[in-house]
Amino acid sequence: MDGIYSLLPASLPEWIAIALASLIPGVILITLVALGPIAYVYVETKVAGFMQDRIGPKRVGPHGMLQTVADAIKLMFKEAIFPAGADKVLFLIAPCLVVVGAFMPLVVIPFSAKLQTVDLNVGVFYVTAIASLSTVGLIMAGWASNNKYALFGAMRSAAQIVSYEIPAVMSLLVPVLLVGSLSLQDIIQAQAGGLNNWFLFRYFPLMPIVFAVFFTATLAECNRAPFDIPEAESELVAGFHTEYSGFFFAMFFLAEYTEMVVVSATAAVLFMGGWHSPFPNGILDTIPKTGIPLGPFWLLLKAWSLVFFQMWLRWTLPRLRVDQLMHVAWKVLLPISMTLLVAIGGFALWGPTHNGFPWDRYVGWFLTAGAIAWLLYGIYDARRWSKRRIEEMAA
Amino acid sequence: MKQWFLDIWQGLSTLGVGLKITWRHLFVSKVTLHYPEERWTLPPKSRMRLFMKYEDCIGCGQCARACPVNCIYIKADKRDPKATPIFAANGQGIKLDVVTFDIDMSLCCYCNLCTYPCPTDCIYMTPEYEFATTDLTQHLYHFAKKDAKFLTVNPKPPAPKPPAPPAPPAAAPAAAPATGTPPPPAAPPATPAAPAGA
Repeated sequence: MDGIYSLLPASLPEWIAIALASLIPGVILITLVALGPIAYVYVETKVAGFMQDRIGPKRVGPHGMLQTVADAIKLMFKEAIFPAGADKVLFLIAPCLVVVGAFMPLVVIPFSAKLQTVDLNVGVFYVTAIASLSTVGLIMAGWASNNKYALFGAMRSAAQIVSYEIPAVMSLLVPVLLVGSLSLQDIIQAQAGGLNNWFLFRYFPLMPIVFAVFFTATLAECNRAPFDIPEAESELVAGFHTEYSGFFFAMFFLAEYTEMVVVSATAAVLFMGGWHSPFPNGILDTIPKTGIPLGPFWLLLKAWSLVFFQMWLRWTLPRLRVDQLMHVAWKVLLPISMTLLVAIGGFALWGPTHNGFPWDRYVGWFLTAGAIAWLLYGIYDARRWSKRRIEEMAA
Repeated sequence: MKQWFLDIWQGLSTLGVGLKITWRHLFVSKVTLHYPEERWTLPPKSRMRLFMKYEDCIGCGQCARACPVNCIYIKADKRDPKATPIFAANGQGIKLDVVTFDIDMSLCCYCNLCTYPCPTDCIYMTPEYEFATTDLTQHLYHFAKKDAKFLTVNPKPPAPKPPAPPAPPAAAPAAAPATGTPPPPAAPPATPAAPAGA
């Protein structure tokens, strides 16, 4: 925003300049983000299909790429039905509120050193505060629908998000504690210098657990499987959006997928170095010789990897029961995150170094190499599985 | 306390097992068959749409009697004895004029019972299965033709000399070329297409 503001000619009146400077990045962000879910839904259907040995969408466009576009167009032209006895005003406001709650955190997500709409000095606080706004929208939707399943879904969603917000914030406090700032840019700068400096790999056995807690909690806040009890298809019809149709239904979808990306981008900023490249000494932070920043690429790569991991989890795990959900939140995640917050704070104050344990310089590389090797071995192993299946079918 | 850690460990390790399985399945070859582009090769003796070779039918009606759902309708008149004698492909003389031979495939239960009693093997199941229509009456197939070209020469004349073991190799010569058949005959089972007895 400040960058655009300084680019505008000085002859413009002050209020027009401010309006333009906030409008332009806003429009760009909203356009990009609103089109994003089309791609995410496509990827989700493909991932789901592949994990079940199917192919997924195939007919519309090459490899079914236009399937979600067609779905979106269909949803837009469908009639929006208002159920009898519904509270019309709340029924209309609810999806808008959910979408606002999902979109607003994008304002502070930094895509590179300069490419950020606003660098709030309370960025982390802002993200958590605004992201929980969508809960209000969900409850509103459930209440206004005049439908018992919608209300069940909304109540479950409220209980779930209230519970999981606590471990999420507790684990999110750890990077804030280490940096001493709530600004996302400051947190990213503290992780400069490659993969081994990421907060994910500091204090080796401790920070990965913090990250796991944060990831689990944010997964629950997005209402994603295995924590998707607010919209559990097999129990409640569709949870809080049972009564929604047409474009309003699409808005809930939009919000869900945007929230996935926002949450993943936040995790990437807090734990995985944000827009820094994973290589040491700033290699590939910019394209060599041209100086074009690669920040957006790295941030989106990290965020999308986490989004893929969320999808991977969704198609791996069954849905939790409500009591199991509460058990995980209050009896597992919360004690772990509180203990680790205190422990890492203590280590940061009185530990051997201020940045982590002595072995932290190597652990990140070993873990990453191990993870990549495990994934590659999986691909190799999959070929053996395919071969065996072909033999079984031939027999 | 110990149980608490054990539970967490169990949760994480089973999660790892699950993730491993789904990750492998992401790359395992897929089982989907894109139907219009790809098809299964049908097993031998697949029982699909019925076909009747009108030129070989002697109008005995055994198929209609065998049919459990009565979906074969045959009407046959006595053939004029002074007309030129006509023969089925296996040498049997055709003594009846088959006026109607209709098969209602919407009733057919694909049991294949009609093909066994046929003395001339003129009714058989084809591997043709894509004949869905929007109108059920289109499943009533009419096999009787006005312009059928019957064999006027007996392809297998009754053997004049009984001891003749080396019979001609062409066991079941095909009928004369039939053109313009109303129901498109799907590839009939491979019969050696030897010319009718010249």
